[in-house]
Amino acid sequence: MPMIIGREIFIEAPVDVVWRAITEPDQIVQWFSDEADVELKTGYEGALIFTEHSSKEPVVAHITVQAFEPDRSFSYRWAYEPGVVPGEGNSVLVEFVLIAETGGTRLRVAESGLDLLDWSQEQKDDYAADHNHGWAKHIGDLGEYAASKQPA
Amino acid sequence: MPDLQDDQLWAAVAEPGRRRLLDVLVAHGEATPTMLAKELPFTRQAVSKHLAVLVEAGLVDARREGREVRYTVRPDRLDAAAQALNAAASRWDRRLAAIKRLAEQTAQGSTTAIGTTGLPQSADGP
Repeated sequence: MPMIIGREIFIEAPVDVVWRAITEPDQIVQWFSDEADVELKTGYEGALIFTEHSSKEPVVAHITVQAFEPDRSFSYRWAYEPGVVPGEGNSVLVEFVLIAETGGTRLRVAESGLDLLDWSQEQKDDYAADHNHGWAKHIGDLGEYAASKQPA
Repeated sequence: MPDLQDDQLWAAVAEPGRRRLLDVLVAHGEATPTMLAKELPFTRQAVSKHLAVLVEAGLVDARREGREVRYTVRPDRLDAAAQALNAAASRWDRRLAAIKRLAEQTAQGSTTAIGTTGLPQSADGP
């Protein structure tokens, strides 16, 4: 079952500055991966490389640029598994939306397509060992994330 | 972003009435639509419609007993959903905070490069 998360933040910087921060490789590496191969071309197959991962080998996440509209929106697919070219059914879709507001920019991000409930038993066990919240709390959390997705 | 609206879980929990219904169902453990309708400001038909959406999203199980259908929350699904949403949301909160720092420094004309100190990258991944 696919799911979505949506988050947003207000940034005291003009949209073009925020746009460069999320699309230019030399800026992406300052907030995300250790190396970034991203070009603003629809269908561009690039990569995000994480070298500071706990495993010895760098982790290469392949991405495919889906769509972009300068200073307004940018989206790409990101494969679940390292080394796989992302496409429908094997990847998450990440969508950024930039909204110019007085004094800055509202940046929204939505991640969808995560097949979160197909966790391995090990992942579920780890979670079961860690978690200490009741069901009611979880329903509240789901509601909160759902509410954050409501159109303004 | 119309494709986001199609998501079953999103649709299932986005509706406040269904969240109330889930709360009541969790409190009961197991319930019939008639029982739920007594505690909620919905008709029995509305309760049944909400339950169908929750069953479709995998959050609720239905079991026929005689002439009634009894419903239970699937704790594993609900738990996994909530936990995964939490983890994914936290990752994006950290990344957005870092984008904010970067963009605001750039906007202020700072030429100082911003490091990634304090950002736990090992936890990152799709």
